Amino acid sequence: MDTIPVSYYLVLSGLLFTCGVLGFLIKRNIITIFMSIELMLNGVNLAFVAFAAQWHSLSGQIFVFFVMVVAAAEATVGLAIIIAVYRTRQTLNVDQVNLLKL
Amino acid sequence: MFHIILFFFFGAICMAGAINLLVQSHPINSALSLITVMAALAGEYLLLGAEFVAAVQVIVYAGAVMVLFVITIMLLNAGKEEHTKGSRVAILIGVPGVLIAAVLVTWTLVSRGQTGSVAIGALPGSPQEIARLLFHEFLLPFEVTSVLILIAIMGAVVLASRPEAIAHHPAKADQPDSAPSKRKDAPQLVASGVGSGKER
Repeated sequence: MDTIPVSYYLVLSGLLFTCGVLGFLIKRNIITIFMSIELMLNGVNLAFVAFAAQWHSLSGQIFVFFVMVVAAAEATVGLAIIIAVYRTRQTLNVDQVNLLKL
Repeated sequence: MFHIILFFFFGAICMAGAINLLVQSHPINSALSLITVMAALAGEYLLLGAEFVAAVQVIVYAGAVMVLFVITIMLLNAGKEEHTKGSRVAILIGVPGVLIAAVLVTWTLVSRGQTGSVAIGALPGSPQEIARLLFHEFLLPFEVTSVLILIAIMGAVVLASRPEAIAHHPAKADQPDSAPSKRKDAPQLVASGVGSGKER
């Protein structure tokens, strides 16, 4: 039989999510933190697709599609915010971005 | 057997890219390893039979979103990150906690997970099936996402435009008085609106 357990995919998804959380905690560059968020979203997407395959329902894949759309919109706005932050403070280090308004 | 070899191949690439993202100190290296993760995840989606999701993953994530990231990194000329005292506290407390959570989740899923198993192509995730769902049952959310993207585009333009460009905008209101006379004489001068704005 050429099958593999769904839990393997879920473990990979959990590990990817963990790497994302870890990057969110230990990274100090605001762009890298943003990339960690994308990594977490990818891990969640893998869990969605794995469960869709387990229960033979395409709704999980539709949900992944919507997650991707929202992630693209979020990346656009987030990177614009990062550019605005860099213009006002001349730094990308989150430790120096502790005030909303200068 | 073939399925499990492919799974571990793409999974190993995924994890290597994700760990490389954490280890690298320069953001451009992190971005390139994130592209690797996303491309390998597309392979995992193909193994699960989700052809459409795999294609969208490569096009939207590994293509469009990561190009946006790389361009931003180059635009801001982001250098190496420097660590401060606060980040050391985050590392000391955060890393063990997250690792414990990861081990717990993995152990639970492997030892007592009552999940089934999947074969290659067990579920038809072809574009036809996805489109039938998307344009019948999920038509309203699909249309709402277009509004969301429109709002995101406008928000990005407003946020990323320079403050002085917005401040100068009311001054352009009296430009149409002089513009039509210019347009008769030299159309190419008026066409480059940015250049004429800098001269004033």
